[in-house]
Amino acid sequence: MTAVAGRSWVIADSYVNTDAIMPHAGYDLPPKEQEAMVLATVRPGWATRVGPGDLLVAGRAFGTGSSRPAPTMLRRLGIAALVAESVGEIFFRNCVSYALPVLECPGVLAAVTEGDVVAVDIETGGFENRSTGVRLSGEPMPAMLRETIAAGGTHALLRAEGYM
Amino acid sequence: MAGLTMAHKVLAARSGRDHVRPGQLVVTDVDLIVMADTVFNPTADRMPTDLLRVSHPERVVVLMDHAVPAPSIKAATAHRRAREHAERLGFRRLADVGKGGIEHQLIFEECLALPGQLVASNDSHTSAAGVLNCAARGLGMADIIQLVCTGKTWYKVSPTVRFHLTGALPFGVYGKDVFLHLAEVFGSQEGHDVEFAGPGIEAMPLDDRATLATMCTELNANFVMMPADRLVREHVASVTGAPYEPVVSDPDAEYAAEHTVDLSAIRPRIALPDAMNGNVRSADEVAGQRVRIDQAFIGSCANGKLSDLRIAAEIVRGRRVADGVRLIVTPGSQSIYLDAVRLGYIEALASAGALVTNSTCGACAGGHLGVLAPGEVCITSSTRNFKGRMGSADARIYMGSSATVAASALEGCITDPMPYLRELQNREAAG
Repeated sequence: MTAVAGRSWVIADSYVNTDAIMPHAGYDLPPKEQEAMVLATVRPGWATRVGPGDLLVAGRAFGTGSSRPAPTMLRRLGIAALVAESVGEIFFRNCVSYALPVLECPGVLAAVTEGDVVAVDIETGGFENRSTGVRLSGEPMPAMLRETIAAGGTHALLRAEGYM
Repeated sequence: MAGLTMAHKVLAARSGRDHVRPGQLVVTDVDLIVMADTVFNPTADRMPTDLLRVSHPERVVVLMDHAVPAPSIKAATAHRRAREHAERLGFRRLADVGKGGIEHQLIFEECLALPGQLVASNDSHTSAAGVLNCAARGLGMADIIQLVCTGKTWYKVSPTVRFHLTGALPFGVYGKDVFLHLAEVFGSQEGHDVEFAGPGIEAMPLDDRATLATMCTELNANFVMMPADRLVREHVASVTGAPYEPVVSDPDAEYAAEHTVDLSAIRPRIALPDAMNGNVRSADEVAGQRVRIDQAFIGSCANGKLSDLRIAAEIVRGRRVADGVRLIVTPGSQSIYLDAVRLGYIEALASAGALVTNSTCGACAGGHLGVLAPGEVCITSSTRNFKGRMGSADARIYMGSSATVAASALEGCITDPMPYLRELQNREAAG
């Protein structure tokens, strides 16, 4: 897999939970209104400024809390990859299942100013800030999980295998 | 080679290995898979199309708890799909509306999993089954669908933090207060399994242990393991004669950290709004601020137990919920509801002006049966006080034990439950 690169957004808070990423109050709203609520309690107005191909740089234990499929909301906003100090365990699984490339990379917050062009490679665990030249090493993703992402996520895999 | 913790033994057994170590990725099968109603919502991010074939239907339980009874056409459609799948695919059990309850309560009550087993579900509070010495944790919905289809899932093996509990719960202190104490003193345990040991855990009633196991999800813990002591074995024996093999940690198992906690030193605690870890105060300190409340909620997988309904009923018996306050009580299961009817708890609660609902996740998840308006203040004994958790992101949610919530509902502001509890104790002593 080659690196995913794009303009960065930084949500530096620790322990941003899935109630903030995918609020229950948005479940039954039209898609645009639901998307506007993504992280609105953490950073009002952010969701409407994100563009396709942007990367999200996040803090410690990003996506902690409930098991709801919150990475789908980031994908719907156009986020192409997530790189964080660390990622909540269920949220990490959901990134894999819903095909959002994700990299746990300690030290990344200090290495990025919002707007920098950054790149992540989930196979090698490599992170690069292409605006500054800084490189970091994160946790490489095991092949089995990368294959799920490459296939377009768990549902796509199960369809291909005739389970659904 | 170092010995194994309880959770590592379960992972080793279910992945066909002699040994596992932190950092490894293991592929396992699972003894019990629970699909909640939310999985069946007919949307792209849930179960977008019907399942055609499954691996081990006898391991799968389908249950309705998040949106019960259906508050919307979407939820009703999910329920219909859930029933259709359970029947067509021959799943082990369908816990339908009125015939089950909240998942984690039902697993405990009905021993849907047994000590030493591996449990997976799409609900984040699945660690609750740790009270039964099960290795249990929440996965994503897609993981659960994959598990049901293929029979397999994966885990990254975590290092373990052990809490060695000594002493016993003081009068008026509950499992919720123990969790709040851990959240205050030790904070997030992200990336780790948590294990409880020592005479303190064995001295704790099962309901309090179950609350603690459930709430450890809010320490961001993965597997949460408790010993299969005499109380657990007696509970299992009262439900089923099925054989099982509990797991015990090896004496030379390695821990990332070990902490000793004296239960007898813990006092009622309250979490302030928006977070629990590092955001806890003593109940009497918060009570001193006379924080006015609009809603008081007792329920959820953590605290919808018979013991929660009992203490709430005894506190409000013969009194009235304060004007301007809604006290909502949601039993954790249909069987708790029925026991509470028989024991007069529901009459005491309803007479005091509390609203007792059917068993459901309900207000805890902000979906229905008690959603908060902007600007409102709630005190809850449920699982989360995150911003926006129970409705409006402009509502404020405090968290305490069910005794703290019940006492607060009477006063109309956040209250230390101790005076009410002492009066109860005196009344009982007087006979």
